[in-house]
Amino acid sequence: MSIPQSWLRPILTMAERVVEVRGLTKVFNGFKAVDGISFEVMKGEILGILGPNGAGKTTTMHMLLGLTTPTAGDIRILGMDLRRNREEILSRVNFSSSYVSLPYSLTVRENLTVFSRLYGVRGRRKKIAELLDVFGIEEIKNEPTRRLSSGQITRVSLAKSLLNDPEVLFLDEPTASLDPDMADRTRKLLKRFNRERALSILYTSHNMQEMEEMCDRIIFLDRGRIVASGGPAEIMAEFSGATLEEVFLKIARKDGGAG
Amino acid sequence: MKVSRVLSYTTRHLYLYRRSLPRLMEVFYWPLLDLLVWGFISVYLSTYKGSLPDFVTFFVGALILWDILFRCQQGISVSFLEDMWSRNLLNVFVSPMSPVEYVLSLLLISLFKLFLASTVMILVAMAMYSFNIFQFGVLLVPLVANLIVMGWAVGIITTGIILRYGQEAEVLAWGIAFLFQPVSAVFYPVSVLPPSIRTIARYVPSSHVFEGMRHVIATGTFPTKELVWAAGLNMVYLGAAVVFFYLNFKGVKKKGLLVKVGE
Ligand SMILES: Nc1ncnc2c1ncn2[C@@H]1O[C@H](COP(=O)(O)OP(=O)(O)OP(=O)(O)O)[C@@H](O)[C@H]1O
Ligand SMILES: [Mg+2]
Repeated sequence: MSIPQSWLRPILTMAERVVEVRGLTKVFNGFKAVDGISFEVMKGEILGILGPNGAGKTTTMHMLLGLTTPTAGDIRILGMDLRRNREEILSRVNFSSSYVSLPYSLTVRENLTVFSRLYGVRGRRKKIAELLDVFGIEEIKNEPTRRLSSGQITRVSLAKSLLNDPEVLFLDEPTASLDPDMADRTRKLLKRFNRERALSILYTSHNMQEMEEMCDRIIFLDRGRIVASGGPAEIMAEFSGATLEEVFLKIARKDGGAG
Repeated sequence: MKVSRVLSYTTRHLYLYRRSLPRLMEVFYWPLLDLLVWGFISVYLSTYKGSLPDFVTFFVGALILWDILFRCQQGISVSFLEDMWSRNLLNVFVSPMSPVEYVLSLLLISLFKLFLASTVMILVAMAMYSFNIFQFGVLLVPLVANLIVMGWAVGIITTGIILRYGQEAEVLAWGIAFLFQPVSAVFYPVSVLPPSIRTIARYVPSSHVFEGMRHVIATGTFPTKELVWAAGLNMVYLGAAVVFFYLNFKGVKKKGLLVKVGE
């Protein structure tokens, strides 16, 4: 048989759901931050969660990572129930956000060493060297994290999130503190990992252009509910907007939003 | 549970102490100052010959032992604070490391800090006051073990409270051990306490440890009763501490506060 692997892969993997969420709900003191949402992420897919401030994006992501306990609903990741297989799931996924940091007194390399050990990464040195190179942070590897700029910390945190060759990557506004050049490079890198390794990514960002560029599919959250979902082009067509930004403004300002 | 994860997270703290001179100094600073002050007081008191017990053994020995409890409590709470300050808890809890493994790594690091601080204190006590802590012989093992376990119990509870209440509760990490000092009867026998406080002291494991220590100095016999009491209480308290931490952890995840600890 001479069918190239690259043709087969999408067919073989597309049907595989790496994240399955059913009726996910989070109530904080009577306030519904996430209101019965259901969605899935396929293998090799980048799913974007879009929505105004306070829509419930971060809360959703934290529930998928077991950091916040849902009020109701089911979460299955890599075919397993999150409540029962936390350890196994977490060893095969990872997370990065512009809003978390790493121990300040440790150098970049020490931090990556600690986390590679925590994830039981084999071939630690090689892996770390590779990621330092990929994220262009080779020259700051012996700097204490405290001395880095926020953009540099973001890149170290992204390197951390790829240490264990995750199958699903959760990224909460990963480019929020990057300059346009670095943001662009980071997007290309993530795209590359996504293509080469069929890495699935759950992605949030307030940069509409970025969401258009990055995501295969988008779910639009507003006050904890999914108000639209589909490919970026589909959503734009449905809400007759020329850009995702236009759609965003339409949805966010509908029925007395913060406009 | 994976031992490798516990050990790997301990390296995070070892790196920290290698990197940060102020932190390393902090390990020695207070115990050494305490030791100097109490050491000189005992030397001064010893010049009054009388029917009083050997002050140096009393004070310096008690101080070194007290520091064990303090170190273990602080070793846990402060290491947790380090993770809170550097906004690292999220990275920790999205990793496969379980809360139990995390707490175990804190216990390990507290032993490491204890080892550093005690070594220096023991050497200084020998050099300056010719006090040899090893005069207690094998008895030292149960005495020390009980103080370590009590320090852990208090440290785990403190950490649970900080986890729940965040920065507002930070001060506990530094001060909570001292809350137990008066009722631990470190430098005086329990019998000098007023009856109501004496009742409380009976339920504080460290008071039995220090009573035990004085019992040996006075009679030279093994304080079995005191040590059994201390060990029994400690088992109950350590178990309660672990349950308390676990419930707090669960509560914090429910309230969505785990991701906000330290903010
Ligand atoms: N621990 C908490 N306790 C109470 N309310 C919370 C908690 N965490 C989040 N919320 C509320 O839940 C809602 C959703 O917050 P979330 O952080 O998920 O929004 P988001 O979509 O990520 O917003 P942003 O775009 O600003 O990051 C907000 O109204 C927020 O105030
Ligand atoms: Mg958010």
